[in-house]
Amino acid sequence: MAKKPRVKLPKKAKAGDMIQVKTLASHKMETGNRKDKKGNTIPRLILNKFTCTFGGKEVFSADMHPAVSANPYIAFFITATASGTYEFTWTDDAGKSMSVSKDIAVS
Amino acid sequence: MTFKKTAITAGLIAGFGLIAAACTQQKEEHMGMGHPYGDEVWSGYATATPETRAMQDDDFENPFMPYVDVAAEIYDSPQGEANKSCADCHGAPDDAEGGPMGIPMKGVGARYPIYDAEMHRPINVELRVNRCRTKYQKAKPFKYESDELLGMTGLVVMQSRGMPRVTTADQVGDELYPAWLQGKAFYYQRRGQLDLACKHCHEDNAMNMVRAELLSQGQSNGFPTYRLKWQKPGSLHRRFRGCNKNIRSIPFAYGAEEYLNLETYLAWRGKGLPVEGPSVRK
Amino acid sequence: MSKNIQQMVRVDRREALKAAGASVLALGFASTAQATPEAAAEALSKATGGAATTMSDKVKFVGLPEIAENGATVPVGISVDSPMSADNYVKHIHVFAEGNPSPETITFNLTPTGKAEVNTRIRLGKTQNVVAAAVMSDGSVLTAKREVKVTIGGCGG
Repeated sequence: MAKKPRVKLPKKAKAGDMIQVKTLASHKMETGNRKDKKGNTIPRLILNKFTCTFGGKEVFSADMHPAVSANPYIAFFITATASGTYEFTWTDDAGKSMSVSKDIAVS
Repeated sequence: MTFKKTAITAGLIAGFGLIAAACTQQKEEHMGMGHPYGDEVWSGYATATPETRAMQDDDFENPFMPYVDVAAEIYDSPQGEANKSCADCHGAPDDAEGGPMGIPMKGVGARYPIYDAEMHRPINVELRVNRCRTKYQKAKPFKYESDELLGMTGLVVMQSRGMPRVTTADQVGDELYPAWLQGKAFYYQRRGQLDLACKHCHEDNAMNMVRAELLSQGQSNGFPTYRLKWQKPGSLHRRFRGCNKNIRSIPFAYGAEEYLNLETYLAWRGKGLPVEGPSVRK
Repeated sequence: MSKNIQQMVRVDRREALKAAGASVLALGFASTAQATPEAAAEALSKATGGAATTMSDKVKFVGLPEIAENGATVPVGISVDSPMSADNYVKHIHVFAEGNPSPETITFNLTPTGKAEVNTRIRLGKTQNVVAAAVMSDGSVLTAKREVKVTIGGCGG
């Protein structure tokens, strides 16, 4: 069963509030440097891209390499400006992606 | 590479050898009836770095939690031929009343392992979850150490976070007393190529270094835990197996009676410590 | 009988060696290629299009341990002194590890919002320097460097 990423974002905020967004995805982040018991290289499979959009516009993103730890944790800051939906997307080497969206009401 | 491995092994053996030598000068075994640590019982949290503590302190930073999220979905969805969910009997995980069965999840993490009248031995949270699956849900048991069972154990244990761990297993006449005795014997039994018992590291040398590793009291109150080294969640029995392999002894199977006895005994050694699972450890 | 014991010991030792090897493998850094400070500088130059870089105390590491409990999961945060306004903000923060098989770890792409502080967790194969490079909206590149000691914990397989 696929584990859904966790995102910490308050449901409500005042305009101008500085908010730390914490995200945690579940992924092995296989580096491509490891070998299995038979000596065959285990192919690289990592989440290589994280994006956060607000109203369809990118506000933050990250390009990840194999040196990012398993179960990638990314935290960053945003300024609350308007009510709307934040969309968080993680994409792996195979092009598969998973998304979480969070609504925020800004007063 | 071969040289490197040999060097590592040689270093390890030399390191443990020093400890072992030092230990023989101390009394060979703790035979007193009192608690081996007296009042100085501490959790592995005490010696964790601020960075590791921070990961545990906020569930949005604790990488164990996505596994708990999956388990929460399983908890609520009908399972097996009986088509019953965990919630059908126990209510929500945090339901203080414990649903129609009146058995809340809160407190489980503080009092387990308990005595299992069916098997006449201790049963831990992992095996109890699987008992529910096979007996009441008529579903397949989860594999020990599977993501599902780790998540489910984490979900159940975290309902008791902060509660002090309780046990009366050390009392003569307690149903768990024989298991407690066996667990104690295991704890003080030298084993493996390095000929070390649990007590050599975790009783005689807690707070001392073995190579670059700060030795803990080997408390179990943080399990299941997310280990930075494993880069994934793991059970107490995985940790036991790791310890056993480190001293070059053959580990027992997951859920083995030997480990259940040890788990019972360790719960007593950490009596009063707050439940921290799912914790984060180095 | 004694032969049996010998065999057991031998198997046991092989398992132990495997375990020792596995702990190296677990970090995923078993390959022989290792990055160097030069490779990290090259990667930085590539990422910034060859712009001149300046060491600056405007770029700070936060929550980066001096001694990592385990190299597999090292928390790292970078904070850059910037107003994060539309005409003066941090565009990218690159993080490099000088001693890993390849120096790139992660690049954060920011927009003028919040403040310029990011956190993540990275793998460090051994004791080495971590380099952060902030690409500012005016094109300047500010960097910071910190050594992180990585111990190889022996316990718990």
